[in-house]
Amino acid sequence: MKQTLKSFLRHPSGMLGLVILLAVIVLAASAPFFFPGDPWDTVAAPFTPPQTEGMLLGSDSLGRDIAAGIAHGTRVSLMIGVTSTLVALIIGVVVGSLSGYVGGRVGEWLMRFTELFQTIPAFMLCILLVAILEPSIRTVVVAIALVSWPQVARLTRGEFLALKEREFVLAARCQGESPLSLIVRYILPNALSPIIVAGSLSIASAILIESALSFMGLGDPNLMSWGFMIGAARTMLRQAWWMSFFPGIAILLTVLAINLVGEGLNDVLNPRISRQ
Amino acid sequence: MTTATNPAAPLLSIQGLSIVLPSSGDRNYAVDRLSLDIAENEIVCLVGESGSGKSMTAHAILGLLPPRVGIDKNSRILLDGTDLTGLTPPQMRKLRGERISMVFQEPMSALNPLQRIGAQVAEALQLHNAEHLGATAIEERCIAIIDAVGLPSPRQIVRSYPFQLSGGQRQRVMIAMALLNNPRLLLADEPTTALDVTTQRQILDLIQKVQAERKMGVLFITHDFGVVADIADRVVVMRHGRVVEEGTRDAILRNPQHEYTRALIAAVPGRQARSTARPAAQAEPLLKIEQLKKTFVSKAGLFAPPRTVVAADGIDLAIEEGETVSVVGESGSGKSTLGRMVMRLIEPDSGGITFAGKPVLGQDAAALRAYRRQVQIIFQDPFASLNPRQKVGDAIARGPMIYGTPRAEALKAAAALLDRVGLGASAIDRFPHEFSGGQRQRISIARALALKPRLLIADEAVSALDVSIQAQVLALLAELKAELNLTMMFITHDLRVAAEISNSVVVMQRGQIVERGAPGQLFSNPQHAYTRTLLAAMPGLDFFEHRLAA
Amino acid sequence: MNLQWLKGLGALGVRLAKMVAVILLIAIFNFMLVRAAPGDPALVMAGQSGATDAAFLERVRADYGLDKPMATQLVTYLGKIVTLDLGYSHRQQRTVASAIAERLPATLLLTLSAFAISLVGGVVLGALAGVRAGKLSDTLISLLALVIYATPVFWLGLMLVLLFSVQLGWLPAFGYQTIGTSISGWAAVVDKLRHLALPAFTLGMLYLAIYARLMRSSIIEVSHQDYVKTARAKGASEGRILWRHMLRNALLPVVTMAGVQAGTLIGGSVVIETVFAWPGLGRLTYDAVLQRDYQVMLGVFLVLSVLVIFFNWVTDLLYRVIDPRIQAA
Repeated sequence: MKQTLKSFLRHPSGMLGLVILLAVIVLAASAPFFFPGDPWDTVAAPFTPPQTEGMLLGSDSLGRDIAAGIAHGTRVSLMIGVTSTLVALIIGVVVGSLSGYVGGRVGEWLMRFTELFQTIPAFMLCILLVAILEPSIRTVVVAIALVSWPQVARLTRGEFLALKEREFVLAARCQGESPLSLIVRYILPNALSPIIVAGSLSIASAILIESALSFMGLGDPNLMSWGFMIGAARTMLRQAWWMSFFPGIAILLTVLAINLVGEGLNDVLNPRISRQ
Repeated sequence: MTTATNPAAPLLSIQGLSIVLPSSGDRNYAVDRLSLDIAENEIVCLVGESGSGKSMTAHAILGLLPPRVGIDKNSRILLDGTDLTGLTPPQMRKLRGERISMVFQEPMSALNPLQRIGAQVAEALQLHNAEHLGATAIEERCIAIIDAVGLPSPRQIVRSYPFQLSGGQRQRVMIAMALLNNPRLLLADEPTTALDVTTQRQILDLIQKVQAERKMGVLFITHDFGVVADIADRVVVMRHGRVVEEGTRDAILRNPQHEYTRALIAAVPGRQARSTARPAAQAEPLLKIEQLKKTFVSKAGLFAPPRTVVAADGIDLAIEEGETVSVVGESGSGKSTLGRMVMRLIEPDSGGITFAGKPVLGQDAAALRAYRRQVQIIFQDPFASLNPRQKVGDAIARGPMIYGTPRAEALKAAAALLDRVGLGASAIDRFPHEFSGGQRQRISIARALALKPRLLIADEAVSALDVSIQAQVLALLAELKAELNLTMMFITHDLRVAAEISNSVVVMQRGQIVERGAPGQLFSNPQHAYTRTLLAAMPGLDFFEHRLAA
Repeated sequence: MNLQWLKGLGALGVRLAKMVAVILLIAIFNFMLVRAAPGDPALVMAGQSGATDAAFLERVRADYGLDKPMATQLVTYLGKIVTLDLGYSHRQQRTVASAIAERLPATLLLTLSAFAISLVGGVVLGALAGVRAGKLSDTLISLLALVIYATPVFWLGLMLVLLFSVQLGWLPAFGYQTIGTSISGWAAVVDKLRHLALPAFTLGMLYLAIYARLMRSSIIEVSHQDYVKTARAKGASEGRILWRHMLRNALLPVVTMAGVQAGTLIGGSVVIETVFAWPGLGRLTYDAVLQRDYQVMLGVFLVLSVLVIFFNWVTDLLYRVIDPRIQAA
């Protein structure tokens, strides 16, 4: 653990990502402090350009503060990103480890089930689910988790299949370890690294999916999210470029930061092993 | 073999070669001021263990070193007087495959998997086409050379893909590619290390034959002094990047001067039988295997027949208490499967296993646990045998803890075991990655012994180790065996190792036991044809033969 | 020879059967989703518009046997799917199948173009970056790929419209073709291409970044392989090694990835069509979402899934062409 942390601190792009990410998290945490009140409130004249009348990033068609929207939107993105990824990880790891450990026919059929989910156009499924089940934060999280878990399951299964036959696991079996103990002490700790990396990249993709859903008008109507802001700005591209520009930059920076951290983790956790 | 060489004009002369490593490693020089000559028409064996720099030397000759590794400015590599270190890349490319050719260690990955054999062999000619041959002529040459290296149906081989050929066949293709342009010098980097013993013999014979036919100089890199005894004209011994000793084959083998050379030669297994006589047969053998059968069926598509591999075809074997039985066979013989079936890591299709009078198969979980206590196994790959995220002490103590020993006591016992296997009790809190391959095998031995088993199975436990380390681990096993009155089942592909450590040798071929006997008897009077083939294939047999005790 | 042919045909048949099975499973999923939604399934199937029309509701109930047991309903539903009856859109006053058929070609054009741009562009840029690993061109390409990979695709589209249409006026912002004029022949093709440019490019960019990064690491990985060393030892030049030994081997994971990404690319076309008002299935979906026309959404979902299966099959074939180790169809 300590070794991993130390190596990560020396990874340039990973650290850059971490710094940006920390800034994003700080913004999310301090949003009500820097931008008190409701981001839905009208606080200025409509279409105020950035850097005028105290509007840092301008205002939108209804006079709402873009900067406030972005700050509060940070919380939405992070929350949905993390929650849906956690759900996806739980489902994916359970299905994948069962499929990989049990193997045989059961494992095969579980894998076929997983592959079925990957055949479906993921975003279309999200649209369908959220539309039919009425858009809310819960349906959005469920929809995103539902399209994200197959990748985790696939990965977990692969790791379990490989590790199950590794000599140290066989030796543990010969020492009398129970199946549960084998999974928890021997297989999972060694399978965790790629799962962690996949999880962090999954948060990024969850944020992108959520923003796309909100853009299409399928986000939770009570939440001011970045995607929604861009969607509202769509028809006003000529008059108020800042309405769509800044929220997009916010998404870009956050997703970029998470990707950099994820890849940094990957480099640190799975270095190219050169044996002697 | 060949006559005396002409020292006045060597074919290849390496003078003061130093290879510089990037600064992050634990050594600055992979090779330190190495000098070595190869004359025409001679085979020079470059011998060393892993990390000696022997492979780097060969790569340096052809300019094939990895990107950040460089040759020191003062080094010279002279081929017929031309300094190779001073050549431009295009000049170097003209040489490669034409004046100097190289054959590598891993035949399974040395060929482009997506290209036909014919195209890859022909490429060697196309790149240097001195006689400006047309496509048909090139193809004919390829077929001829593929035939010359002993491959059947050359026309079919030419149209095949690498995955359709075995390891030995692929290595022959590599040799064919290397010979196509009649090179003066052949560099062979451990070309037989990854092959089965019988295949190794065939490839060694092939290399000797083509060398004699074409009067090439050959630099043959190996770690096995048995191979050296078989094919070398001259020997150069390397250690940690430096030449330790050199001389003619006979001089080095009969009268080694340097202590390292002596240690390497002493480490060749099978030179002294360490085992004692076979214990008297008792009423009930400790392990009895009866008519064990196992066939692996690989999944088939709907329209393709499933591929079957017979790993065990009715095996009968009895091991007495106190014996050390070696199970010898090549890949695909089923020897590893046998070991795993005894451990019940794999379930046999049919047959019986009895241990100390009690049946082993078809028992419930409690009986299996009781059985597992008494039989333990050590695996081949030291880098996969230990849980990277578990402390070494914990790994050893887990076994006894699962069977009820309190943790503190188990850890104390683990510390004692680590001390016994030569690692010191302080190793208990360290992680596997802090240890070398040989050390990890010792940890695996300690782990296996923690449960105080009666039977120890060693599944190619020393095959992945350097020769000198191998000798140390074998010595350790012999000591422990005597001390703890262990019964051992030693699985190996190396007859010499079997001869050294066991009372009784069992020879397996394609899932069947073809012969069994005491090492001396097996060596002097083999009954089965396959045993005879195995014996004939043993490297260094002629030289070391008279040292094998009965 | 005959046996091989028969085997191939048989394997193809098995493949087709699997594809049909998947499609049926997706149809069953649709079936269950409608019933999982809150409220009366009939209302869901009629859509927001049809829910107000009592006569229409009755027709829907009768048509799909909504008062019969679940099993019968399922059989009826699947029967309709097999005969390509995807329901009726009250809002649009026509069958869902006809609405989809009208829009399908535009989506095909968009997704195939994006697929081609992303694969070709990604492979070329990735190979360049991989071969020059560590140098300036590699750093630039890798950085660009990283940023594009993090960019929300719909926002990218808007920004490109802002740049190329609003500011520079080089390319049209919306639609399939310039309306109001009658152009024909070659000019019409060029006009379509000008309209296709931004949407296809935007959709392709994300996947271009993915394939470029994958190709780059694949090339680097392949460059360490033993057979590359063998080729070098034969005296091959670096260029020859790249072309004849490295490229094909490096392509394999990229083709595999293209198959895996087919689903997300086709899903992504929905957003792009919304942004650019491209008259395809995505646009159809967006309108259906606004109008809560569920039958249309379900129908598009099914058709897009078929499209994904088709893309997967194509990439699979491509893989087998490159890699001779895989046998049969």
